[in-house]
Amino acid sequence: MSTLLEVSGVSVTFDGFRAINNLSFQIADAELRAVIGPNGAGKTTFMDIVTGKTRPDEGRVLFGEKSVSLLRMSEAKIAQAGVGRKFQRPTVFEDQSVFDNLLMALKKDRKPWSVLFYRKSKRDTERVEELAEQIGLTEQIHRTSGELSHGQKQWLEIGMLLAQEPRLLLVDEPAAGMTLAEREQTTDILKEAAKTRAVVVVEHDMEFVRRLNCKVTVLHEGSVLAEGSLDHVTANQDVIDVYLGR
Amino acid sequence: MNKSFFARNPSVLIFIACLALFTLTVSVLADGFGAGVISTSFVKTLGKTLCLCLIAIAMDLVWGYCGILSLGHFAFFGLGGYMIGMWLMYARTELIVANSLAEAEIPPTAQEISDAIGNQIFGVVGGSDIPLIWSFADSLTIQLAFVVLVPGLLALVFGWLAFRSRVTGVYLSILTQAMTLALSLYLFQNESGLRGNNGLSGLQNLPGLDDVPQSTVSLWFFWASALALGLGYMLAAWVVSGKFGSVIRGIRDDEARVRFLGYSVEGYKLFVFTLTAVIAAIAGALYYPQAGIINPGEMAPIASIYLAVWVAIGGRGRLYGAVIGAALVSLLSTWFTGGQAPDIPLGFYTIQWVDWWLVLLGFSFVAVTLFAPRGIGGLFDLYTGRHAPNRHGADLGPDMGSLREKEADE
Amino acid sequence: MKNIFLALFVALLMTISPKSSQAETIQDILNTHEAAIAKGSRKTIEPAIAALRDSGLPEAQKILEIWQAKELWQRKADKAFFTAEKDSGSTYNLFDVVTGAAEGQADKKELKQIKPNSGVRGLIGAALVQFQLLDADIDKRREALVAIGRDPNASHLPALRGAIDGEPDPQIKAEKIRLERLLSVQYETDTEARITAIQSLKGDLGVDARAALNPLLATKRIAVLGEAEGNIARELEPGDDDFSQNEAYALLVNSGLAQPVPSSDDIRNALAANIDQGSVAGIPTAQLSNEETRLKAYNTLAENGIVPPAISAAEQRALVAAHKYFEVYDIADSRITDAAQDTLDSIELKVGMSQAIDLGLDGLSLASIYFLAAIGLAITFGVMGVINMAHGEFIMMGAYTGYVVQQIIPDYTLSIIVALPAAFAVTFAAGVAMERLVIRFLYNRPLETLLATFGISVALQQLAKNIFGTQARPLTSPAWLDGALTFNDVVSISYIRIAIFVLALVFLVLFLFIMKRTRLGLEVRAVTQNPRMASSMGINPDRINMLTFGLGSGIAGIAGVAIGLFAKVTSELGSDYIVQSFMTVVVGGVGNIWGTLAGAAMIGGLQKGIEWMNPSNTLAAQTYMIVFIIIFIQFRPKGIIALKGRAAGD
Repeated sequence: MSTLLEVSGVSVTFDGFRAINNLSFQIADAELRAVIGPNGAGKTTFMDIVTGKTRPDEGRVLFGEKSVSLLRMSEAKIAQAGVGRKFQRPTVFEDQSVFDNLLMALKKDRKPWSVLFYRKSKRDTERVEELAEQIGLTEQIHRTSGELSHGQKQWLEIGMLLAQEPRLLLVDEPAAGMTLAEREQTTDILKEAAKTRAVVVVEHDMEFVRRLNCKVTVLHEGSVLAEGSLDHVTANQDVIDVYLGR
Repeated sequence: MNKSFFARNPSVLIFIACLALFTLTVSVLADGFGAGVISTSFVKTLGKTLCLCLIAIAMDLVWGYCGILSLGHFAFFGLGGYMIGMWLMYARTELIVANSLAEAEIPPTAQEISDAIGNQIFGVVGGSDIPLIWSFADSLTIQLAFVVLVPGLLALVFGWLAFRSRVTGVYLSILTQAMTLALSLYLFQNESGLRGNNGLSGLQNLPGLDDVPQSTVSLWFFWASALALGLGYMLAAWVVSGKFGSVIRGIRDDEARVRFLGYSVEGYKLFVFTLTAVIAAIAGALYYPQAGIINPGEMAPIASIYLAVWVAIGGRGRLYGAVIGAALVSLLSTWFTGGQAPDIPLGFYTIQWVDWWLVLLGFSFVAVTLFAPRGIGGLFDLYTGRHAPNRHGADLGPDMGSLREKEADE
Repeated sequence: MKNIFLALFVALLMTISPKSSQAETIQDILNTHEAAIAKGSRKTIEPAIAALRDSGLPEAQKILEIWQAKELWQRKADKAFFTAEKDSGSTYNLFDVVTGAAEGQADKKELKQIKPNSGVRGLIGAALVQFQLLDADIDKRREALVAIGRDPNASHLPALRGAIDGEPDPQIKAEKIRLERLLSVQYETDTEARITAIQSLKGDLGVDARAALNPLLATKRIAVLGEAEGNIARELEPGDDDFSQNEAYALLVNSGLAQPVPSSDDIRNALAANIDQGSVAGIPTAQLSNEETRLKAYNTLAENGIVPPAISAAEQRALVAAHKYFEVYDIADSRITDAAQDTLDSIELKVGMSQAIDLGLDGLSLASIYFLAAIGLAITFGVMGVINMAHGEFIMMGAYTGYVVQQIIPDYTLSIIVALPAAFAVTFAAGVAMERLVIRFLYNRPLETLLATFGISVALQQLAKNIFGTQARPLTSPAWLDGALTFNDVVSISYIRIAIFVLALVFLVLFLFIMKRTRLGLEVRAVTQNPRMASSMGINPDRINMLTFGLGSGIAGIAGVAIGLFAKVTSELGSDYIVQSFMTVVVGGVGNIWGTLAGAAMIGGLQKGIEWMNPSNTLAAQTYMIVFIIIFIQFRPKGIIALKGRAAGD
């Protein structure tokens, strides 16, 4: 498996506070990876850097076979290159229907002019319906997404990510606020997605991570503390110190 | 699935029908056709109102749909008026000058005609040279192109600068307000070449058509305004109905999310901003020949804020709401400030509406914002049963994101 | 002219050797010059006046005054002088001119009233100046100096010189010396002394110094065939920016070196005057609608000698090229003009520096006004994230409160002292009311807050118009704030502006104190950063928001009083400042008082700077400033002092 994303030697400082400190991180094609760490470990900032929201002070972020640097690209360009991101809180377009939400996310030409003259084809409709099925929202497809439950919104957002057909999926705390049944379905969606693309999940909940059953990276104070299977990292003395306090 | 545009948007058909009926009624009753029920000046007022409805649609598109509270669209409106006003004034002065010089023993040279025109137009600001920006004023075609190009270009440049630096929300509003202020201050100077605070006047007279009575001319403009409004409404409805509308509403609700979906938000905003600026300019180009005079005071920032007020009162995010708001408020405004509204004697004090209308408008505006954020258009929802969870800007912050919406509401 | 100089010279000699005619009495002098006085001709009167002036006699001033006032009478019989008073019928009582003792009576026919004409009275007046300059009354001396300064002429110079040594008051003496130098610059006949006087003015910032020097450098333009004579300032090249070909030709015409070119109007009139059966010079009038045809017709007329010939552009150019053009000083002596130029240069340099300082002070005072106007906004907008479009109207309310207080309390000092807290109270109440009734329902909806507060702004403005009318109301500052602190003739700053500057400083300190050192400030900061957390720690965010908003509005009220002191109070007062205030906050950076300060300094300084570069046009200055700000925002979208990090991210 080849490397899809390579982050090396990245540092970011906010007002003297080092949020990310010489962070290096790699992920391969079609890999599922969980990133855990205590609050303030730099998990969200790490995602901000990869998606172009935050510019690092130093370091490299390379993506794809051609090793394109993401640092000079705008958020929209990065997204078009194949990096999808799900935020901590569910952000779907609440006054639009599930269908419209998914249609908007569908991988298409995103230039204003072609969007203006876009007419949806039968194929697009089918594709949207297919996605809705995948995230379990077939019955809600013509409802306004603001009326969905919290968990359904989370799935819708994941569905939108999938519609983008990204090669790398960054998911921030997908299970927060979900019921147990919803969590299970979320796990399934993510695992399914990870078969064809790289998925990075940031999560607090160890149970959820265990259910993902994948390689785990532990962040602490802006750099990687440990990496390996969940059992491996939870046995690591440093990780125990960090989580339980010294 | 691929139903026609009108089938998918029945409200457009209803609107066009209403507009056509209205236009027909006014035409039949107007002075121009001899019925004389509606006076020429009122036809002009109605025509102007249609233009204001058109710019309200532009405002709704940029604010109600795209979330950019522009306080500068009246600047584009005014610029459009100036562009057509330049031709109207120049061409008419040219005819008058040519007539008066023709009586001289020696026929005038081109230079003499242009000097005389300069004297006529710019004598009031103490000049007689025709400024460079009037170079094409004798050509209707070029000035008509300028109606679209000049405000469009200004919007493009300003929008590019503003959106590129990611100025959003209130900052953007203030920035557009500053742009409007700068433009109107600039036009107030005599050096601007547009007659300073005198503005352009006599625009109600069409060059070469002095024989046509104003009652007829007013109807022509009324029809043109109605046509423009109809076309503008359809264009706007078409823009917002498809995927493009989805995207710009997405930008309004969560700009960052749209960006992470891979859409270049700046490009969309710029497109909408420029498109609406052009619509506003066309509305202005139709408005000022009916008003007869344009001066920089018209472009003061306050005018653009009133525009936002109309749209808000009518109901944002729905095109008919903008039209209703603009028509209602501007007609009421004319009625109240025109001294037609009856005074209210309170015994100790008599409320004269000329003085108190603005107070009423101001407070009713506050009331609308507080109690009816969806405006008058919201009333239609009661009928159609449409109700959307209105969470505009209701921020589920990071410390609330882990809650279900229900929990967050509690 | 020659006579005057002669007389001056005599007068000068006499000044240099005073008391030479000590033995004479006033009557002697009058008798000596009897004929001249009686004749009253301007040409011959000079020695008589000089003799009186320089006699050193104490009565001389009185005689001159009587003479000037046309109260001097002469008895025809013995040519003696008296003052006279009508007794009865045509009989007059005569009095001694000096002592006022009765000298008998005379019939009007025997007497002649001396009525000097205005020219002579002027000369007498000039002579009197010397006495006034030496008058025992210090105010009279000062008045005399002012009078000379206002309308100087050559005759004042000796009088002034004679009055310097005896001057007891050091200040007036200095003024006398300075005035003497100014007069020397203009009227001194001795070149060396004049140059010395000119050079002594180096670095003098007085406007009068420049006014005295500038005429020395007056030039006129001449056109010559060969080399120019005289004191040449510079050679002009036709086609230069300030000397066009046309100007050169016009100069030639004025100097009689060339024929005037008929203007296009002249040509048209000439053609119109020579229309013969629908054509001019054989060309039908209908064809005369362009310059070439007209010229052709005109030339035909010229060939027939009916009109003066037109001169072609080529001929004009040739003529212009054949001559040389110079600017020549009116004063022939190049030493004087050089010295004057040198001195003026040095003055200009110093004036420029002083103007820069003055500009700095102006900018500073404008900045403090913007700061005052914006600080309330910075609190509501920056700290609470609430846009208050009615902020300008709060400023206006403050100003009107000041006006109302002044109607009740006539004493200006006391009324200002009362008005400041009153304005604070009124606008604080208004702010709290607005927050309670409107804004608290709109938190997190900034655009709607903007519109709702705009509605309030419109209503308040119209209310103010309904209550106070449209005309401007005065808010008078106490007398001790009138006037200005003057450093020199260029640099000065009015006390009101200093007071506003101090007020701005006070508010800066007050704001910092409240925010950093008080419980309220701590709570405000807590609520700003995390309202939920704050409320869970026992802080009532509603109360804090209310107080913060009231505080911001209250400061706007005080700013209103300050602004009202130097601007007229109208209902539009607030809207004049609102955009600038927003700019100040935005440019400075939201949520930071130092940012507001920096924003105010930048906008105030910038506006003054642009006005300085284009002094005629404040509208243009504002336009350019706004354009500059729009561009500035491009480079620093978050303002001069930006919050960094994740807090600023969303």
